[in-house]
Amino acid sequence: MAGIKSFGAYIPRYRINHNTIFSAVGFLGTFPPPGENAVANHDEDTLSMAVAAGSDCLDGLKREEVNGLYLATTSQPYMLRQNSALVAAALDLENNIRTADFLGSNKSGTSALLSAFDAVKADTSNILVCASDCRVSKPGSSQEPLYGDGAAAILMGSDDIVASLEGSYSVSYDFPDRWRATSEKFEHSWEDRFIRDAGYTKMIPEAISGLLKKYNLAITDFTKIIFPDLYPREHAAIVKRLGADARQIQTSLLDKVGDTGSASPLMMLVSALEEAKPGDKILVASFGSGSDAMFFQVTEKIKNITGRRGVRKNLETKKELASYEKYLAFRNLAPVELGGRGEIAFRTPMSTLFRERETVLALCGSKCKKCGTPQYPRQRVCVNPDCGAVDQMEGYRFSDKRGVLFTYTGDNLAASIDPPAIYGLVDFDGGGRFWFDITDCDLDSVKVGMPVEMTFRRRYVDEGGGVYGYSWKAMPVRA
Amino acid sequence: MAEGIRDKVAIIGMGCTKFGELWDKGAEDLMVDSFQECIEDAGIEKKDIQAAWFGVHFEEQSVGKGATSMALTLKLPFIPVTRVENFCATGTEALRGACYGVASGAYDIALALGVEKLKDTGYGGLPGGPGLMGPRNALIMPKLTAPGSFAMMATRYFAVYGLSPEEGKKMLAKVSAKSHHNGSMNPKAHLRREITVEQVMNAPIIAWPLGLFDCCGVSDGSAAAIVTTAELAKKFRPDPVYIKSLQIALSSGEELMYTKWDGAHVETGFRAGVLAYKEAGVKDPRKEISMAEVHDCFSITEAVTMEDLQFSPRGKVKDDIEAGRFNLDGEQPVQPDGGLKCFGHPIGASGLRMMYEMYKQLQGKAQLPERQLKNPKLGLTHNMGGFPAMNIVSVAIVGL
Repeated sequence: MAGIKSFGAYIPRYRINHNTIFSAVGFLGTFPPPGENAVANHDEDTLSMAVAAGSDCLDGLKREEVNGLYLATTSQPYMLRQNSALVAAALDLENNIRTADFLGSNKSGTSALLSAFDAVKADTSNILVCASDCRVSKPGSSQEPLYGDGAAAILMGSDDIVASLEGSYSVSYDFPDRWRATSEKFEHSWEDRFIRDAGYTKMIPEAISGLLKKYNLAITDFTKIIFPDLYPREHAAIVKRLGADARQIQTSLLDKVGDTGSASPLMMLVSALEEAKPGDKILVASFGSGSDAMFFQVTEKIKNITGRRGVRKNLETKKELASYEKYLAFRNLAPVELGGRGEIAFRTPMSTLFRERETVLALCGSKCKKCGTPQYPRQRVCVNPDCGAVDQMEGYRFSDKRGVLFTYTGDNLAASIDPPAIYGLVDFDGGGRFWFDITDCDLDSVKVGMPVEMTFRRRYVDEGGGVYGYSWKAMPVRA
Repeated sequence: MAEGIRDKVAIIGMGCTKFGELWDKGAEDLMVDSFQECIEDAGIEKKDIQAAWFGVHFEEQSVGKGATSMALTLKLPFIPVTRVENFCATGTEALRGACYGVASGAYDIALALGVEKLKDTGYGGLPGGPGLMGPRNALIMPKLTAPGSFAMMATRYFAVYGLSPEEGKKMLAKVSAKSHHNGSMNPKAHLRREITVEQVMNAPIIAWPLGLFDCCGVSDGSAAAIVTTAELAKKFRPDPVYIKSLQIALSSGEELMYTKWDGAHVETGFRAGVLAYKEAGVKDPRKEISMAEVHDCFSITEAVTMEDLQFSPRGKVKDDIEAGRFNLDGEQPVQPDGGLKCFGHPIGASGLRMMYEMYKQLQGKAQLPERQLKNPKLGLTHNMGGFPAMNIVSVAIVGL
């Protein structure tokens, strides 16, 4: 048996209401449906969200038991430099693993899941699938109020399965609903009626019907049916045409998170698993260059999954982004003044970055084997003044440790897209102290002694070098 | 058994430029200005100088690497010139090098000169740069600015000693108001306006909880000293100023990475003070140190330094500030020249600028009678470079 061992998700803290978008650029388009979209903070992107979802999924599990990481996205920061390898490094996975990027289509999330399933069946490994999208749409475009940012992570394995993958059926078409050439920032799309009538309402039913026929199943066998809700009226029509009951349909995240692209079907699957009971059958279909359909059977082990933030808790933690202009600045869609200090160029030394990859990307420091003191960044000579042992260190991961804020400031002089830049010293539970940026919070709510947790973020863009710089920040412990 | 350099070296001449936003002067102009005043004051000629130490921090802003810029600018005749850099203690490190050169017996007369041209960046505050950790700065550290890093110490001080932001900011405002009063009387200072406690408290926030007037200025300047052996000193002038101690202490990483440091004091400040008092034979600094120029890059830095140097008991500096102890007419005047607050902080120059004030006060030669302290015996200078969690502090004590 192979299938899902664990799952997690991530939704960024900010939400922008469709009305906020419409009141800013509504003159260009039509009135959007009611709702809000999840918006990545200025220091978040596809990879940071993938790491957040992956951390959620791996909570309480041994990282050394993960044998592979597949990343699915349509908004990868790098065309060359494997994005999945970077995510695996941030998650502090072992080096003897398989990594792969699944790109170019909104069905890449389900494609990655199916490939992971094949790998697991072949050699009983554990593959972590992270699907994440942070899609930038042109201001005023019809996509803008529809697209949201988010990520899901699913650990596929062959033991302790909470939902077994029982079968799948895929269709592939070179369907040109949306496209973006290598050098382009924004996507193009053909008219909606074409996408809806020639693609959405044809390919999803084709995949689902194919699946039902292949495994001799009836649509009524399923507790939950998941497929993207791009056009509410046609969504309902597909349900009806399949002969399904509306109560079987997994609630869409469209008005709460937005369409998260390759992450969308996996996030809905996580939502379904959060409410699933042993014996439930779940059908998932994606849409993009065709469709992947698959079905899962929930096992008794589903009861053992606890403590995940998943979709549910992430939906509860939110703050409204009331300024459309701030959203533009966050996505680098409007040039904003960062001052002379913000224009200082930095060339990322890649060999330093590689040598210090565990320090920078995995937030690993040292722990002294002699006195037990954790310390960051890595040291060869123990910092404990009563110890001072040399080369008695073992690696020590801080990214999954909580801490308290020792002190902080809100700095208006430091260059920031969202001033003041809030940073401070963090004392980790169990030992260790260092300076960190503090993100996803407001200065007024920050206090000395406040509990914090760590979050992987995009810290800078080295435009001259074409490098996105990532490392860890602190944030208030989320409810 | 090492015994230090107490009373082995004397300063026989000093020079100091006016500090400020000197748009029409480059680092080379400033070097010439401080050097000429310095050798005239010492009554020597350039050819008498046997070795020199040159302090500059942001060399990429002004003079480039090495010490050749000073040798070329002053046309020093093929003598040894060494460039030193140790954050904000750079000026004091230049003096330490010159003093050790003389104390060792290697030279009879040595020059220490510090300069910094900060106002060529095009933006406010200190120049940005790689900072404390080289490339790792950009890879793992927040974009700490100087006000931000010291603001964290203010936040911590308020938390440790139970001060509300209002109470804490008021204590700090008095520090800045006092220094502005002193600076207003000093023709060489950059900022020469009196300010009120209310103005300080209501100023725009730079890095919470520090406002504009909690921060020192950013200026250009240069200062220089000629040192010689104690035996030769009186041949040059009747009132040489003797080095009683010259010490520095550096962070071990304990403050930043270990969890014992309380964040409300500067450990190196305390340690450097202890070393300096030992070398100078000072038993009770609160009573014996007549006056001090300390590193008030921010109001909070001066406040905790009063405790680190044992002028005030731990956590009690507020009482001394309120009692006016550190005012020009108080029991232990601090920043008689206006401090970094009014001079700004051209990094390579600051330590020598502080020493210039101590030297002139000890000689009774403060420019205006209302600035002159009555019979000071021992003067102390203190520089702190880096951030409270990772830094260097220098402490020098001088007397007649």
